[in-house]
Amino acid sequence: MSIPLKAREVADRYFLEHRAKVLDLAAFLDRYDRAAQADGQPASDRSDDVRLRAMTAALRLLIDGKPERARRVLELWSDHSTEPIERAPMKGAIGAAPLQDR
Amino acid sequence: MYIDPHIHMVSRTTDDYRQMALAGCVAITEPAFWAGYDRSSAQGFVDYFRLLTDTEPRRAAQFGIRHHTWLCINPKESEDIGLAREVLAEIPSFLDRPNVLGIGEIGLNKNSRNELIVLHEHIALAAKHQLMILVHTPHLEDKLKGTRLIMDAIREHGIDPGRVLIDHVEEHTVGEVLRREFWAGMTLYPDTKCTPQRAVDIFEMHGTDRLWINSAADWGVSDPLAVPKCQQEMRGRGHLEVAVRKVSFENPLRFLSQSGRFSTGR
Repeated sequence: MSIPLKAREVADRYFLEHRAKVLDLAAFLDRYDRAAQADGQPASDRSDDVRLRAMTAALRLLIDGKPERARRVLELWSDHSTEPIERAPMKGAIGAAPLQDR
Repeated sequence: MYIDPHIHMVSRTTDDYRQMALAGCVAITEPAFWAGYDRSSAQGFVDYFRLLTDTEPRRAAQFGIRHHTWLCINPKESEDIGLAREVLAEIPSFLDRPNVLGIGEIGLNKNSRNELIVLHEHIALAAKHQLMILVHTPHLEDKLKGTRLIMDAIREHGIDPGRVLIDHVEEHTVGEVLRREFWAGMTLYPDTKCTPQRAVDIFEMHGTDRLWINSAADWGVSDPLAVPKCQQEMRGRGHLEVAVRKVSFENPLRFLSQSGRFSTGR
């Protein structure tokens, strides 16, 4: 089942929605950096926070010109170990595994 | 017309049933899940199973919606193996209820050893009673690993993958689930899992065979009308009505009818 839309139609239909999402992301990083500056912490591009590191790594992937970005971002953020862990430390998930594990 | 094959109506209002019926919902299936807090005893689950097999079917019927269910102790409460085994012992007494389709939503949450032990015991229960299985896969960073561990566990028991649906697939798990001949479900959530747009992208990339969409609407941020909104997304892109009907009605009907108990009432 291929996509029935032409490229121009995809842009027409989805650009404004995703323009807003890019601005949300930009504002989130600005917000983080303002808070980090007030806290005396590193800015988002040098943060030790697993989530910020995962996000900035994903942003680089978005502009590499290769296909299947959604799949590759999800794989980038995934735990790639194969054995069960000893005990569940919590119920939830934070959204990204530490990048240094790969 | 559509089927929402995964939704937690115990957490939703009667008005949601009304809105779903107005949007064309004719049947649902409701897997047992985590209520947002840990239940303190097996008796709490017995009461929950009564809700799923008695109260909800009657509430749904007021709006012409057929209600079906799947029973289990969910993986979020499986770290306590003692409690899990007490709950597992209660499940067989509910299996003859007319709206019970099988065991679910079982699976893993944090991919721990105890969760895996309890998963194996659920699969064994399903195998013993020749029941179908609905699988919950872990959230976010735990999903890829957990999905693989779950599929391996099911294979160990010799279960036919055509009678198992692996739910909450996303771009990084859908291909492997389909290649291993399981059915796959896409959950339409506003923040996590799939948006309607991404679900339709996945149909365009992976086809529409052995795939369904569901809202999994519950007590969290979720949308009981997510399935008709995804139908609308498909139509807006120009997909044919036959494709819309296949993923939102024919596919769940085909999979669920294997239970011998599923009905849309039409």
